[in-house]
Amino acid sequence: MDNRFFVDGEHLSPSALEKKHRLETDSASRTDHMVYMDGMEHISSDIMDKVLSEMNSYDYSRYTAKDVRAALEHENCTVEDFKALLSPAAEPFLEQMAQRARLETSKHFGNTVYMFTPLYIANYCENYCVYCGFNCYNNINRMKLNMEQIEREMKIISDSGMEEILILTGESRAQSDINYIGKACKLARKYFRMVGLEIYPVNVNEYKYLHECGADYVTVFQETYDSDRYAELHLLGHKRVYPYRFEAQERALIGGMRGVAFSALLGLSDFRKDALASALHVYFLQRKYPHAEMSLSCPRLRPIINNDRIDPLDVHETQLCQILCAYRIFLPFVGITVSSRESESFRNGIVKIAATKVSAGVSTGIGDHESKYNGKETDGEQGDEQFEINDGRSLDVMYKDIAAEGLQPVLNDYIYM
Amino acid sequence: MNNDKLILGGREFNSRFILGSGKYSLNLIEAAVRDAGAEIITLAVRRANTKEQENILDYIPKGVTLLPNTSGARTAEEAVRIARLAREIGCGNFVKIEIMKDSKYLLPDNNETIKATEILAKEGFVVLPYMYPDLYAARDLVSAGAAAVMPLAAPIGSNKGLATREFIQILVDEIDLPVIVDAGIGRPSQACEAMEMGAAAIMANTALATAGDLPMMAAAFKNAVEAGRKAYLSGLGRVLTRGASASDPLTGFLHD
Repeated sequence: MDNRFFVDGEHLSPSALEKKHRLETDSASRTDHMVYMDGMEHISSDIMDKVLSEMNSYDYSRYTAKDVRAALEHENCTVEDFKALLSPAAEPFLEQMAQRARLETSKHFGNTVYMFTPLYIANYCENYCVYCGFNCYNNINRMKLNMEQIEREMKIISDSGMEEILILTGESRAQSDINYIGKACKLARKYFRMVGLEIYPVNVNEYKYLHECGADYVTVFQETYDSDRYAELHLLGHKRVYPYRFEAQERALIGGMRGVAFSALLGLSDFRKDALASALHVYFLQRKYPHAEMSLSCPRLRPIINNDRIDPLDVHETQLCQILCAYRIFLPFVGITVSSRESESFRNGIVKIAATKVSAGVSTGIGDHESKYNGKETDGEQGDEQFEINDGRSLDVMYKDIAAEGLQPVLNDYIYM
Repeated sequence: MNNDKLILGGREFNSRFILGSGKYSLNLIEAAVRDAGAEIITLAVRRANTKEQENILDYIPKGVTLLPNTSGARTAEEAVRIARLAREIGCGNFVKIEIMKDSKYLLPDNNETIKATEILAKEGFVVLPYMYPDLYAARDLVSAGAAAVMPLAAPIGSNKGLATREFIQILVDEIDLPVIVDAGIGRPSQACEAMEMGAAAIMANTALATAGDLPMMAAAFKNAVEAGRKAYLSGLGRVLTRGASASDPLTGFLHD
């Protein structure tokens, strides 16, 4: 495996360092990533098998310009058409794909663009995911906000006009347990109309509890759908278990959540296969739970603290645009979120084609909204960021920029039931 | 023609074109209402469920009747809660029931819609249910106290026109309430055709939102709806479907 991800912090003890190196170099030292750990609920579902079987048999090199043209001519995009649109043969057709995608977006969403912001409340993590700034071996300032601090952050964000929030934690059940997250959701309901969660995967009854606390949307990124590659990148912790993560959205829906969001982190593996699997994960789950609202994100790898060599490899903006157009044509009804990992110019362009939701006023650090929003120096402690963002626009600026593109920014289109 | 009013919940309307308000820029609403000559505008309660900044309600001209819809509801119970919220936030007594349990096609669930209609009609709402054009469901909606029925022409947002033409015609023929054709109408000519068939009104949103010049398209729909209505009232002439018609009647030999 390429070792651009491996960084040894000087803070690590000799025994910690030894364990880290063993995990990195000796696959026998790792647990079986396909076996559930204690306490992980196993639901009966055939969706993972369906997605993996399609992904494994996907040979994108066999698609030709003729297949792409046919896909663009079809009124309804089939799985086969979608595979053609994701293939290298579709790259010369990017403009036609964008035109078609724009039409589909406007049919389903008109010219509206939804806005949200993430709120990281803790960055403790028990996983060793080699590309992530929060990984347990990375030497960063760790922090977990208490309820008073969370409320202060929420007030500041709410004062900026934001009405939808996505609450995030690092993946540590010990530091950020369900009660802690539930309390944060209850607080969020006071300040926001829509509360989403991006936390470690949990069991059905825990999703049900969090829904009762006010959360209604669950985002879980599979990172990569290639299970062998997944095993090489997620070396330690609960996140190592691939199927438990894969089934998180389904458990969330069984638990009563209104909507779920999906993504691969593009750049970790073969991005065409990952994009195919992400969309098919949505496709098959939608057939099983037709009432659910679904959305796709499309994050690319970004540099992290202590490792600026991390980049999205062969997923350039052109490829990202191709993926998003293909998503839109194949799944015209799903939301597509483009985060501040992407540049201002890319986001301004993609909201006119396929994206329906963007973040604004983003910080991926902990407890730093006061300094970031109001420029106020605080003596308070702050936790380090998960990754470097690219587009730092505030809600105000983003709102105006979207309106200037002839689109309608929407802060809320939701009622908690 | 001057006495030809659309009557809903005891209120009279001159315009038979109901405008949607989602899917396009807030600052175009006023021009759209004006050029469409619309007297009723729908809005999603969930969209109006917002803090003071940029509330869609602030963009709707005075004097226009609000028709809040329950989009986002997946059950009768949720639709009822949203309708009550609409009344609380000052959207009036009219409500368009939208209950969808399919996020892909957004097709209405007729069974849940009938349940919600019954509850809300008893609470004094003027209930306009969005429905799949099914005769039995339409009859149940009449019994449940609906003020009109709103069958879909085609899947919402599809701009495909009168895909359910035959079934809408059955509702027009058999249901004593106004039949308002909603969803799927993509062109003024399709709106005109539905009005010729005897629809009481047309509702459109995506057709305008996706047009190049929204206010101009609003005006085009206004004219089309009026033309269709006049054609319906005047009694359409015959349409020859095959060959010509003999000028001597076949029954001319009958002498008694």
